[in-house]
Amino acid sequence: MTDILKIDDATIPKFPKHVKFRYNKARDEWVILAPERLVKLDPIAVEILKMVNGEREVKSISLELSKKFNAPEDTIISDVKEMLQNLSDKGFIEENG
Amino acid sequence: MDDIKNNNLKNASEHGIQAPLALLAELSHRCPLQCPYCSNPVQLEKKTGELTTDEWKSVIDQAVEMGMHQIHLSGGEPTVRHDLEDIVEHCSKEGLYTNLITSGVLLNPDRLKKLESLGLEHVQLSFQDTDHENADRIGGFKGGHAKKLEVAKWVRDVELPLTCNCVVHRQNIDNLENFIQMALDLDAERVEIAQVQYYGWALKNRAAFIPTPEQLDHATEIVEKARIDLKGKLVIDYVIPDYYAKHPKNCMGGWGRRFLNMNPKGDVLPCHAAETISHLKFDNVREKSLKWIWENSEAFNMYRGTDWMPDPCKSCDRKEIDWGGCRCQAMALTGDAKNTDPACSISPMHNEIFSMAAEEARRAPPEFIYRKYGVRFNSPI
Repeated sequence: MTDILKIDDATIPKFPKHVKFRYNKARDEWVILAPERLVKLDPIAVEILKMVNGEREVKSISLELSKKFNAPEDTIISDVKEMLQNLSDKGFIEENG
Repeated sequence: MDDIKNNNLKNASEHGIQAPLALLAELSHRCPLQCPYCSNPVQLEKKTGELTTDEWKSVIDQAVEMGMHQIHLSGGEPTVRHDLEDIVEHCSKEGLYTNLITSGVLLNPDRLKKLESLGLEHVQLSFQDTDHENADRIGGFKGGHAKKLEVAKWVRDVELPLTCNCVVHRQNIDNLENFIQMALDLDAERVEIAQVQYYGWALKNRAAFIPTPEQLDHATEIVEKARIDLKGKLVIDYVIPDYYAKHPKNCMGGWGRRFLNMNPKGDVLPCHAAETISHLKFDNVREKSLKWIWENSEAFNMYRGTDWMPDPCKSCDRKEIDWGGCRCQAMALTGDAKNTDPACSISPMHNEIFSMAAEEARRAPPEFIYRKYGVRFNSPI
């Protein structure tokens, strides 16, 4: 693992190899899976994480979400950063590069 | 094949319990190591009784249909099974997060590469110590530690994520910092520092393993410091021996609430030690569906929820936090699985057991009783 990540506008987030963002058909829900860990997600987190692909920057993800949900970009970008930072601190998100 | 439920106990739905999250699959009790704290039951299952490949595949299908997220392929030593590849492939195809819990000593680079290509997602590799000689003595397997260090490199060579499972006790606890350093050196994502939990084999060997409270406090300090220093670099999971805790652990997140365990012959258990509660009757996947068992099996419903609890659990405001602690520990130490887990400081048995264990920790450790088939015991614990 790398050093502690600080999520900013230019960060390109991705899931570490041992972390899976997966849809559970029987339960009809998206979850994060890692060794002995299961993270349940709210609908907003799911929308954000669906765009995490190791290619897109935080800013670009936020812009699209702000258009999609017709919400102010400033609010969205700060929400996205907060959520990804939280997941990164727990080892569920890392930076591509 | 499923009949109606066979008892008057409330079932999972009536307790408001959903499908389990994960399945611990003990593929075999066979193992080249003989760790005297093994979590397997004292009566080990022989190869001839093990479920077939197709039977495991059916279990996996059922687990997915129920909505389970993860499978832990464990043992004994799961790699003794030549169909491990088939099982891993099936788990992965069906979308279960697939974790292999192994001693590693039977693995080679080609097999690991194959398992990775079939969809294995994570490896947990056990370590007995960081000192070669002592590690091999504890595991009862010469050359084991050196092989494990090699296996860890092979795991990382095929870019599989790695957890080092380190079981600590009075005979290796002084190497705790070395365990953490070893995990860093091996490029592991995660390390589990688990103090021995005293059931089955480990309970027979308690006097050989139980640390003093001072040793435990020192270990906890080391782990707490390392967690701060290594935040974002290494995940450290830490399990203390609950004899020295104030509250009992909420074992398995509560009996029959979140997980299930299957033994090699297909008995479905609320936890890996549940067979020590000798009056429980377990249902088997050869006779009933996994879903029916989770929902209705008497062994699960017996200690679900809080209705079964006597005092002091019944009137305790933590009863839906701790769920009475561990039923197996209550059985082993008090003779009745319904009693409050003596690890709890308000259990009437707590002081007696705590002081007995602390006394054991101050004496010289006895010889190990190694885990193997056919060992007979005379003493009650």
